[in-house]
Amino acid sequence: MHDGNHAFPHSRFQDAAPRIAKRPDLTMLSRTADSLYWVSRYVERAEYLARILDATMRLTNLPSSYGGAGTEWHSAVATAGCEETFAKAYGEANERNVCDFLTFNPDNLSSIRNCFALARSNARAVRTALTSEMWDALNSAWLELQRFEKKRMDREEFARFLDWVKNVSLVFDGSAYRTMLRDDSYWFSRLGVYIERADNTARILDVKYHVLLPESEQVGGSLDYFQWTTVLREVSALTAYHWVYREAVKPQLIADLLILNRRMPRSLAACYENISRFLDALGDAYGRHGPAQRQARKTLANLSNARIDSVFQHGLHEFIEDFISENGRLGLTISEQYLQ
Amino acid sequence: MVAFDEMTGTGAELRPAYEALDRWLKEAPPEMLALRRSQAELFFRRIGITFAVYGDEESTERLIPFDIIPRVLTKPEWAKLEKGLRQRVTALNMFLADVYGPKECLKAGIIPPDLVYRNACYQLEMVDFQVPHGIYCHIAGIDIVRVDADTFYVLEDNARTPSGVSYMMENREVMLRLFPELFAMHRVAPVDNYPDQLLATLRSVAPRSASSDPTICLLTPGQYNSAFYEHSFLADKLGVELVEGSDLLVKDDVVYMRTTQGPKRVDVIYRRIDDDFIDPLVFRGDSVLGVPGIISAYKAGNVTLANAVGTGVADDKAVYSYMPEIVKFFTGEEPILKNVPTFRCREPEANAYVLDNLDKLVVKEVNGSGGYGMLVGPHANKAQIETFRKKLKAQPEGFIAQPTLALSTCPTFVASGVAPRHVDLRPYVLSGANGISCVPGGLTRVALKEGSLVVNSSQGGGTKDTWVLDA
Repeated sequence: MHDGNHAFPHSRFQDAAPRIAKRPDLTMLSRTADSLYWVSRYVERAEYLARILDATMRLTNLPSSYGGAGTEWHSAVATAGCEETFAKAYGEANERNVCDFLTFNPDNLSSIRNCFALARSNARAVRTALTSEMWDALNSAWLELQRFEKKRMDREEFARFLDWVKNVSLVFDGSAYRTMLRDDSYWFSRLGVYIERADNTARILDVKYHVLLPESEQVGGSLDYFQWTTVLREVSALTAYHWVYREAVKPQLIADLLILNRRMPRSLAACYENISRFLDALGDAYGRHGPAQRQARKTLANLSNARIDSVFQHGLHEFIEDFISENGRLGLTISEQYLQ
Repeated sequence: MVAFDEMTGTGAELRPAYEALDRWLKEAPPEMLALRRSQAELFFRRIGITFAVYGDEESTERLIPFDIIPRVLTKPEWAKLEKGLRQRVTALNMFLADVYGPKECLKAGIIPPDLVYRNACYQLEMVDFQVPHGIYCHIAGIDIVRVDADTFYVLEDNARTPSGVSYMMENREVMLRLFPELFAMHRVAPVDNYPDQLLATLRSVAPRSASSDPTICLLTPGQYNSAFYEHSFLADKLGVELVEGSDLLVKDDVVYMRTTQGPKRVDVIYRRIDDDFIDPLVFRGDSVLGVPGIISAYKAGNVTLANAVGTGVADDKAVYSYMPEIVKFFTGEEPILKNVPTFRCREPEANAYVLDNLDKLVVKEVNGSGGYGMLVGPHANKAQIETFRKKLKAQPEGFIAQPTLALSTCPTFVASGVAPRHVDLRPYVLSGANGISCVPGGLTRVALKEGSLVVNSSQGGGTKDTWVLDA
């Protein structure tokens, strides 16, 4: 893949200015907006799957005295939100089955492979709305993925693969950030990132809420500690945690970090701060604020006003479940308002 | 049959246009050529220039092979070609206006009426309808072959939705990048103003009811179409929206596109969807690619379709054989570009000759395209010939036949080194309210298999950059 850069030192990918949409009146095809939104969602989802797999590997690699109930792989499938399809395709939730299912399985709509395939296919349909850097990131990823798919991977190679997936997301995200015009196309693509990210963080909490509950804290011991750090790893927040709280890892603070702390880029509050911001930019540019803007603002207000102890008091699980359905509803509203 | 070689003529000489290229080829080490070729391929693959080949399930996206050795035409050669192309396209447009209007050429007996009236591409919808600015064929691709130093034949007129122009442009782009030293040695006429000319053409034919800044879009069947890359490439270069049928809607005979801010009026549609699929209310009812009501909006004069509906009647292979007479009738001039001598199998005498000489002739289905439904006699086996014999006897009017031409060859970089391969040329001719334009050159297609005459990309042909030398 890197040969390309040597072969074309003056490639158009580097010297072309970011594409300037020739749209004096700011508007775009609904289908284009829809595709931009979904391209970002799929790339974000692929990265999330890689994170889950990475964190689960780590957890299951611990000596058995630190190990959990042996349900880590099942929990990985649940976190990815595809338990039903998995149960149909495989019997047992073990390392081999789950890794296969979440990475290359063509029948799993949300496998990493299919996320990249769908992202590229959406991108291809609206290529002119993407900058060449973004297209290059997706197209190269798709070509590279096929090389990985053909290999028989040992653990080391698999770890490299997961790193690569995360890297693709970084490159794509960075390309969008650095090359897109700040207009509606950028805002729709960002909305995709943050709606997906909010959903992902919430799903981790939904599956793992029990390890964060006070009862399990009483059990204490190394098992829970490693469960907690796994949650943090899944959102790449282990270091961040220590910077923010300067304390030993505690479940209530993990929940605070992932739900309410705006400094944490994957927290629900941070996601909604962005969602609301980009929806407002759209509303301002188009001269009309609608149900999507109102809904996002309401959720953001709820997150801003909440305190973590009251969240626990009213029930962490209920809070998360409500959030997931709210977030899903906002996705539908955005679609109805702009993407159809 | 020894073919004319564009570099060496009949073999002994070195034609002046190729002198510098020949010197360069002799000095260039084969490893360098191989390296540059793989770089070119990488370039095409990365920017996503792919071509879907129908019936090829394994890979829906394939690269058209690109040959790194350019094909060179001199300025006088091109000047003559261009004059002939302008004349031919003028005649095509006049012919179309005539067969959908006063039908003078039929009355004058220039062409048998049944060839027009019974033609599947003759659209009754278009009869007595005034297309905006009187232009039918805004974008034409005229396939040209060369047989000797002075003779160019028109092999085929493409008056519907000719494709390939993106390859013309990207081939040049790649050559400029890979071989700057070659461009320093030659003065090559640029082609990169094609999108500007196309945009000007499309703007010029906006309906009179449109604003002074008409909204133009490019209508594609979608990303699974074989030419989708080209559609997105052109939309991007033109700076217009690339729309699918479902992005457009028709209300009160006006076409709109669905945007994030609601419906927006569209004035000119460069459509890359065939007539049959463009409006399920008028043509194929099962089409999901088209836009219901678009023909009604078209006929109300609220939108321009480029090309117009029904242009297929002009590029039909049976009508083709009458083109010399058509050119003469409408322009009053002798045709500058010749036709390939053609046997019309509908004429009993001609068919008898064709049946006797199937092993020497190329037989084409009148309505086929892209090299499908074609018999290349000298390369066919007995069974294939017999199949065509049956077809010809059953339905002679469905076929024409032509002698196998010794298509000119160009030096081409193949596995065994640099060797001659047969080529054709597709220049693109634009017709707008302000006249005709044509960028120098066009797309050269090359049959990469030794001895093969089939240049179609759907059948393993490749492409080359085409140079018109400015001095």
